[in-house]
Formats: sequence, C-alpha cells, structure tokens
Amino acid sequence: MLKIENLNVAYGGIEALKGISIEVEEGKIVTLVGANGAGKSTVLRSIMGLVKPKTGNITYHGKNLLAVKRHDIVKNGITLVPEGRRVFPDMTVLENLKLGAFTRKDQKEIKKDIDWVYTLFSRLKEREWQLAGTLSGGEQQMLAVGRALMSRPKLLMMDEPSLGLAPMIVKDIFNIIREIHSQGMTILLIEQNANAALHIADVGYVIETGLITLKGTGKELLANEDVKKAYLGESVIKLKA
Amino acid sequence: MMNLNAVFQYFTNGMDLGTFLQHLTNGISLGSLYALVAIGYTMVYGTLRLINFAHGDVFMMTTYFAFYGVSTFMLPWYVSFILAVILTGALGMLLEKGAYRPLRNAPKISIMISAIGASFLLENLAVVLFGGRPKAFPSVKVLTDSVQFGSVSIQKLTFVIPIVTIIFLFGLLYLLNHTKTGMAMRAVAKDYETAGIMGVNVNLTISQTFAIGSMLAAVGGIMWGLKFPQIAPLMGVMPGLKAFIAAVIGGIGNIKGAVIGGFILGIGEIMIVAFLPSLSGYRDAFAFVFLIVILLFKPTGITGEKIAEKV
Repeated sequence: MLKIENLNVAYGGIEALKGISIEVEEGKIVTLVGANGAGKSTVLRSIMGLVKPKTGNITYHGKNLLAVKRHDIVKNGITLVPEGRRVFPDMTVLENLKLGAFTRKDQKEIKKDIDWVYTLFSRLKEREWQLAGTLSGGEQQMLAVGRALMSRPKLLMMDEPSLGLAPMIVKDIFNIIREIHSQGMTILLIEQNANAALHIADVGYVIETGLITLKGTGKELLANEDVKKAYLGESVIKLKA
Repeated sequence: MMNLNAVFQYFTNGMDLGTFLQHLTNGISLGSLYALVAIGYTMVYGTLRLINFAHGDVFMMTTYFAFYGVSTFMLPWYVSFILAVILTGALGMLLEKGAYRPLRNAPKISIMISAIGASFLLENLAVVLFGGRPKAFPSVKVLTDSVQFGSVSIQKLTFVIPIVTIIFLFGLLYLLNHTKTGMAMRAVAKDYETAGIMGVNVNLTISQTFAIGSMLAAVGGIMWGLKFPQIAPLMGVMPGLKAFIAAVIGGIGNIKGAVIGGFILGIGEIMIVAFLPSLSGYRDAFAFVFLIVILLFKPTGITGEKIAEKV
C-alpha cells in the first residue's frame, strides 16, 4: 500500500533520516519504535508532505506521493494524528470533527461519520459543544483520532498517541486503535511506548538515529533481547495480545 | 428638554446636549473607520503573526482607485467604489504573494522588514503614479448631504459610516463562524500545519485572509475619502497607525477587540478635542498616549488574545 524507499531527510545540516525503507501493507498495523529523536516523526511528516526529503521515494498504491500537494494528501486517503494532538483549542468538538472532513462534500455521509465517531468515543458526544481547549488530554487525543477518521482514511498514521496520557487512558487509546483496525483500517503507528505498540502491531520496525536497525513481526520484536533491553525494560503497561 | 440640557451642561462644563451628541456621532463614525482598518491588521496578525505595515497604504490606494474610476473612467460612483474595493482585495493578495509568502518560514524580523519595505514601495509608487499633490475625492451628494435635527445639522455620512461598518462586521463574523472558508481561516490562524493535514489549502486561505482584510480597509478608505475629501500618497500613514493602535488596544488577533479598540480611539479622539479645545493640537498624540497606557497595564489589550493552554 505504502512504500518508502531510501528516504533521506535533513534539517539544515543534520540528517534525521539516513536512507530508510519501510513498507506498509494494506490491513496491517505497522509500528515504528525508537527513542526520542530517532527520526520516527520525520517519517510521518515526510509522508504528509510537511518536510521535503533530500532523496528517496514514497509511493502509495504505486503513485509518487512526493509529487502530491500537501493539502491533497488527505484526499488520497492518508491522514495523520499529529504528535501532541494539535486539536483546534478555540473550536468546538463538533467543529474540529467537521474540519477533519474538510475535503469532503457529501454532507449526509459526513453526518453519519460524525455519529460513527461518537459511537467510538461517547465522551465526545457529551462534549459536542465544548471548546476543544477545555477537554482533558485523553479527550483531546480521542478528538484528534476522531478528527482524523472524519476524512475516511484508508491509511491512518498516528504520532505518539499515548504521549503524556495517564496509563488508564493509554489503555483506552490502544483498545480503540485495535477497534478501528478491526473495522479494516491500515494503521502506521509511532510510539515510544514500545511494549504496547508491539503488542498490537503486525509488523514492527526499530529505528535508531535515522536508520532501521531491526524489522520483524510484533511478537518477534517483543521477544528480541536487544529490543527488550533498549525499549521494553521499564514499561508498566501490559496489554494482552 | 431645557431642564435636561441644563443638567447636562452642569456636568459637561457648559457643552449643550445637541453639541455633545454631534461630537458623539462624529466619534462613532471616525471609530467605525478605524475599526474597519483595524480588522485587517488583526486578521493578518492572527494568521501570520505579522504586523502588515503596508495596510495603511493599501487603504490609501483604494481612494486613488475610486478617484480614477470616477474622474478618468467616468464610471458612476457606486460602480467605481465597488471596483475599487475589488482591486484593493487583489492588491492585498498580490502584496501577500510578493512580499510575505516567500518569507513565510524566514525569521519574523525579515518579514517585518519586508512589510515596512512594502509600505514605502506603495507610498512612493503612489507619488510616482498619481503625483504628490493632493487630489479631491469625488463627492457623492446623496451621502455627503446634511440632515437637520432641531438646531443641529449632521452629515448623512455620519450615520452611513457606522451602519456600513456594522453590516460588514456582521458579514465578516458570519463568514468566519458559519462557512467552510471561515472555518479554514480560523484553523489556519491557529495552526496552519495541522490545518494542512486536514486538507486545507493553506496558501489559498492566507490569500483570502489578505483579500478580505484589504477589502474591509478599502470600504473604510472610501468612506474616509468621502468624509475627508482630500487624498494624497501619505494619507494612509496616520489612519493606518491609529487603526493598528486600535487593534493593539482591543487585543491584537481578536476581531471584536479591533472593533472595540477602533470605537474607543475614534470617540476618545473627538471627545478630547471637544472637551479640552486647548489640547486640540495633541489630537493625534491621544492615540499614542493611550497605547502606552494600555501596553503598561494590559499588554494583551482589552479582550486579550486567548492563549491556548498546552495540555
């Protein structure tokens, strides 16, 4: 579905990605794990057209994604739940969801999808008219995910959805990711919480200072000694696979 | 009426009610003009965090567009005025594209310098193209006639200006709060990267913001020309500065704030002169002194831009 080949990205003189290749197959959950600053977010930002890679290719269903304008990416069925949620704080929950459907014109279907998001996140329904800035962190994350779903993506990318959330809520978020996935969504997930991410992932990549150092199924990586030592050591969240 | 007037005069140092109301309506109409121009400053600031120093000069250009429409092209005044507003919108978009867009990711100071440069460019362009000697703005009898209220006569324009301002203000608020374009503008103003992820065309939206801000300034410029019918290449500087001050006083980035600031400044300026005629030479200083006071005691302005909590 999505293929990244030899992607090389530099910020100024600093190389963030040094030629990485990743493949996301349709219907799978793929995760990138790695430490802070390893270049995980840069991968997603390149796919969304937010940074221009120096070299390398990104193709989506065989189409060169690097040639697509930033605001047209979402029309191709790719969307991103950005790091730090980035909901629009002085808009209501409903307006945020409508913005998620910005490129769509099918008003009836948009209404249906809003209801669908409300069934996934009943808390959002209760807070429909509240300003997004007044929501709790967990609710904002739900809103960010709901907003992304409003574009009816085929590929949903998430950048650190558990960042800064209480363990209970992290659990909710991961359950929801699984729920969305079971409805047929392809997911590319970035997480520092490697344990939780690898438990739900079909395929995992370990990324270190701009390079892919390991690739395997979620289970393989969970069992890998190096991964255990570097990323799983102190994780407190246990999810049943 | 006599009694009321006597009471009023007791409190106002001898000014009678009629005169006071005349000053008040004058202040309101001047304030409306400041408000219209201030909205442009505040919209652009809200979106790009840029003080568009050329905004006052855009306002000046409108009056020339309207002038040539009527005098050279012999268009009826309303056609000429509408064309002038449209042309000014286009000028605003051109300004953004030429002077600001290439610097969008540059340090803020560069884009600010570019704004100052754009301002000088427009002023000097106007001198070269239109000549430095002031011209007489076309007068429109229907609007500039006076009506008689008892003993006082008031120019119709004094009522027309606030009414037009209010119509445009509500139009703008409707656009921002109830249309998709407006939603895109608010989203881009808050976080253009995330707006882009949602599929909002950021460049187009910023262009639209400039067009709307400039067109509101154009409406203000035309009414300014009708009220003070002498136009010159540097006429935009002082109203531009004052409208900017109005935007800051109200809380820059906030449209309602810009309007409130505009009215405070307009009414304040007129009242100072009315009540303390000996200070009339300091008329322009009022705005600046007021700005300093506001910045000292409430730097975010009267409404204060909401700063989003980082959760």
